[in-house]
Amino acid sequence: MDKKFRVHIEFDQCKACGRCIIACPRKILALGKKLNRQSYPAAYQAKDGCIGCGACFYQCPEPGAVTVYEIVEA
Amino acid sequence: MKEMVKFGKSPVFFDKFTRRPGPIQDNMHYCPGCGHGILHKLIAEAVAERGIQDKTIILAPVGCAVFAYYYFNCGGISVSHGRAPAVGTGVSRSTPDSCVISYQGDGDLGAIGFNEFLQAANRGENMTVFFVNNTNYGMTGGQMAPTTLPGQITTTTPYGRDVNTEGYPLKVCEMVDALEKPIYIERVALSTTANIMKARRAVGKALDNLKAHKGFSLVEVLSGCPVNLKKSAEDMNRFIDENMTKYFPLGCFRDRSAEVEEFVPEYAPVHDPEEVKSILFPRKLNIGVSADFRNESDIFRSERRIKIAGFGGQGILSLGIMLATMGKLRNFNVSWLPSYGPEQRGGSANCSVILSREKIASPIIDGECNLLIAMTSTALEKFKGELKPNSVLVYDSSTLERPDVPADIKVLGIDALNIAREIGNVKCANSVILGALSVVLVDSYLQGDDKMDFDRAFEEAIIDSFNNKPEVIKQNLYAFYEGKKAGAKCFKHGISGNIDKKANDDALNEIIKADNFRDSSTDL
Ligand SMILES: Cc1ncc(C[n+]2csc(CCOP(=O)(O)OP(=O)(O)O)c2C)c(N)n1
Ligand code: SF4
Ligand code: SF4
Ligand code: SF4
Repeated sequence: MDKKFRVHIEFDQCKACGRCIIACPRKILALGKKLNRQSYPAAYQAKDGCIGCGACFYQCPEPGAVTVYEIVEA
Repeated sequence: MKEMVKFGKSPVFFDKFTRRPGPIQDNMHYCPGCGHGILHKLIAEAVAERGIQDKTIILAPVGCAVFAYYYFNCGGISVSHGRAPAVGTGVSRSTPDSCVISYQGDGDLGAIGFNEFLQAANRGENMTVFFVNNTNYGMTGGQMAPTTLPGQITTTTPYGRDVNTEGYPLKVCEMVDALEKPIYIERVALSTTANIMKARRAVGKALDNLKAHKGFSLVEVLSGCPVNLKKSAEDMNRFIDENMTKYFPLGCFRDRSAEVEEFVPEYAPVHDPEEVKSILFPRKLNIGVSADFRNESDIFRSERRIKIAGFGGQGILSLGIMLATMGKLRNFNVSWLPSYGPEQRGGSANCSVILSREKIASPIIDGECNLLIAMTSTALEKFKGELKPNSVLVYDSSTLERPDVPADIKVLGIDALNIAREIGNVKCANSVILGALSVVLVDSYLQGDDKMDFDRAFEEAIIDSFNNKPEVIKQNLYAFYEGKKAGAKCFKHGISGNIDKKANDDALNEIIKADNFRDSSTDL
């Protein structure tokens, strides 16, 4: 069975630099409309289809903004 | 449904970044899209993977990465601009089993600290240098750096870097590649994901070398400063890949890690504070000072501002240090400010010592002196005008005439040089003066039981100054007590002063009583 992944971008930790968005091979990330606590329109996973490549994680300059999860079926 | 973290925050980062108060404790201070953050993550990951978190010491430079130690849960030292390789040399040599990371920007490493960096590389110090090349001084607002590209506009090159006047960018990897000792040199870029993955491998390799203490590794990291270069994330990456790499080609310049053997340091660092103290202060002598002796006393309720002046070689500066050490032992705030010419011997020398119960605002005495010690006639002439009314002047009467000063100034002529000569070491003249000084201080400011303690404070100060040389300590202690006798005699024989004559004499008698002078030889 194919592995499934999901990316979580911590709303208040994103500085909306856009690096993850241009790096994502599946183009599933986007900047939001709402401003976070630091006044940035944080990025979020806008579509399904994450392949867990980690590009967004390594491109992001913030230590804890991006987490990529592998979904393990019960 | 269960999930597993595949990529997430490294455990080598602190849980919370407490640099500034307030709600934002998860973010680093870097601008959006800054390469520093990306490199921090690569380093944190590599440190965690190699299990060297407890041994890693990161030197945080001056530059945007100045707060790096707030983020990495490792050892951290904040160093002055460009000095990381020098500090790193000290750290890695004194604790050879530590893993020293020098993290530096292109202003820090390539400009103000370039010599230090090159020398450390040339010596092959055991450390890894991460060199962040972002073509400008980021922290100070985008000035030209040694790595600024030809034609690149910065705040200090508004028409673009002109190679005719500013020269060409420094190619640091290429220069280090001309040296014998470095074992690993690679240039990487934080632009595309593929390049970041190559950077990740280079960081890992450098830390493998570090873990095995193989020597000097350099990883130059072409990095984005989108704020100062006024570029979007996309344009920043393009600038790195198209403009920077043209001048700074990526790739491995040298990798000798396989040829170099792992080095296992035998030395284990000392963490026991008592042991550290005994290494730093290896003195065996101890004159049994009681614990409460270090408590505050009432002596010198007012600030003492002391000037000691003479010529280099007379022990002027060390006399000041002994006095200041005595003050420190008595829980005073003290300052010691030397002033001397470039000569080691000869030339004029003076120092200002302030002992105070209050915080000392400035170590400069400037015309507000309560006590002047003059060891040469030039010093006397130069500084006697600085004495306040009712102050004290001590001079060396072996070499100087009794000076002419206003009547309200107490004058003590101490035959310091002759006494020292008799003791057999003319260098002790300063301790003779110190002895006389203790009389002045005792007489004017001391109460009750403090007197013996006070002598002990001086003894300790002398022992401290001559660290572990019993013979010299003995001579100086002897000189101190001879000076004390001389000072007391001098006081007794009608020295002008405004203090109560009777109280003065009583105090003196007590001091002169032979058994109050401890025979310095018995304690040694
Ligand atoms: C001795 C000294 N000189 C000058 C400065 C001012 N200063 C602070 S940061 C900096 C430049 C840092 O640039 P770089 O090393 O490229 O690091 P970046 O900020 O780009 O990461 C300078 C000149 C200083 N703090 N100390
Ligand atoms: S892990 Fe890869 S596919 Fe998934 S969001 Fe991040 S970059 Fe896109
Ligand atoms: S790279 Fe990080 S900070 Fe930048 S937009 Fe993506 S999640 Fe936000
Ligand atoms: S000024 Fe440049 S180097 Fe400094 S934090 Fe901002 S983007 Fe990074």
